[in-house]
Amino acid sequence: MPEEIKAHITGIVFQVTAKPGDRLQAGDPVIVLESMKMEIPVEMPRAGAVKEIRVQEGQTVQEGDTVAVLE
Amino acid sequence: MRACRHVGAATVAVHSEADASAAHVADADEAVLIGPAPARESYLNIEAIIHAARRTQAEAIHPGYGFLSENWRFAEACASADITFIGPPAEAIRRMGDKPEARRLMAAAGVPVLPGSPGPVSDVAEATRLAERVGFPVLLKAAAGGGGIGMAKVGEAGQLAAAFTAAKRRAEAAFGNGAVYVERYLTTPRHIEVQVFGDARGTVVHLHERECSIQRRHQKLIEESPAPGLDPTVKARLTAAAVKGAAAIGYINAGTLEFLLDADGSFYFLEMNTRLQVEHPVTEAVTGLDLVVAQLRVAAGESLPWTQDAIAQRGAAIECRIYAEDPAKNFLPSPGTISRLELPAGEGIRVESGVVTGSAVTVHYDPLLLKLVAGGASRLEAIARMSEALDRCVIEGVKTTIPFLRRVMAHADYRRGAVHTQMVEQGAFNA
Repeated sequence: MPEEIKAHITGIVFQVTAKPGDRLQAGDPVIVLESMKMEIPVEMPRAGAVKEIRVQEGQTVQEGDTVAVLE
Repeated sequence: MRACRHVGAATVAVHSEADASAAHVADADEAVLIGPAPARESYLNIEAIIHAARRTQAEAIHPGYGFLSENWRFAEACASADITFIGPPAEAIRRMGDKPEARRLMAAAGVPVLPGSPGPVSDVAEATRLAERVGFPVLLKAAAGGGGIGMAKVGEAGQLAAAFTAAKRRAEAAFGNGAVYVERYLTTPRHIEVQVFGDARGTVVHLHERECSIQRRHQKLIEESPAPGLDPTVKARLTAAAVKGAAAIGYINAGTLEFLLDADGSFYFLEMNTRLQVEHPVTEAVTGLDLVVAQLRVAAGESLPWTQDAIAQRGAAIECRIYAEDPAKNFLPSPGTISRLELPAGEGIRVESGVVTGSAVTVHYDPLLLKLVAGGASRLEAIARMSEALDRCVIEGVKTTIPFLRRVMAHADYRRGAVHTQMVEQGAFNA
């Protein structure tokens, strides 16, 4: 079932660590956000395959924005 | 700015596009825009800052306590531009910024350092030999890591081989450098630091200690002076070690040597901050001295304005850092706009605020909003004043650390001074 992964804080995309097709475990980072000098990973809520990454490095995301979609 | 007015110097603030209406800009005689919001393009842009100084004919630059304040290249750039850097010599910043070199220098000067490997450890056999020598538990530390990233605690010899292999792999993946050190791990140490001050004539004094054990992610939340319950003989050894360490590197201006204090009274050098620290108001409150004015005078080539005997520690003072972070969500950043701000005032209370009502708290900078400092004749009086100040401090629009700080002030262990660096992570102050 497709599932959206949402940013849990407002920040700037520091790093995109996963790509479409990657099979990851629960807790693995999908992207890393930078906010107020802290690097905060957005993690896989469950094990699964990444279908889509919706953000690019350097982009600002708001809390609640979808950053990736799982298959 | 206040210190400059005190000595009769005019001030120029530099700011990014995001900070045009910031408090430090309003406070200065003149202000120069140095670039867009991201720090890399403004506050970390050495060329833009030197250019602003030249344009306004500034004679000296105070680097504050963030951004370029511990960047030796910036100190050197100031010297090349014939501008006084209000801080230590570039060489002292460079040597203490290189952590293995700082450790070597301090050990050579007779300052105790944590027992551990002198350099990167190559294999499991060597790691085992070292760990047996320093004693378990040990900490495996990525040479390229920092801020608590790339560390692993190993409790006993049987776990070492697997942990070492994993630590090397993780360091390689995260930092592109698989070098790992072995160090003794202190289970529940206190973080105690000593404020030092040196002048160009080679005099170094200390301004007593600060207790900074209440931390999250290795970042301080509360600092105080004196350190509660610190044995006077341990304190004498600590301050003597700090002065000896600073003198050994020819340190000039304000600096701080940080130590870990173990339960048995032994202490170990952690690192040196070659700048004024966020928590310097705590020291000012108990000594009655103005550290920033002294920084300006020493940078202008004057001798230290005080002798060691004249620096007394009176009463007690506590600083609480109010961050735009959500303590209920493990201190995650909470950017936003300050919609309401009410600051406390009263006897023994000092407020250092970087924000006003309407200030935007952006993702670009550190989440420190303001500092509350409470002084009193005794530690309990300072705690009482701090508790009241926290109750009266109202900040709306962003989540802050205030609820957490209130719980600490009310906590029995904190009140009796039984603190250590692991308390926040262990959840001692959870709601």
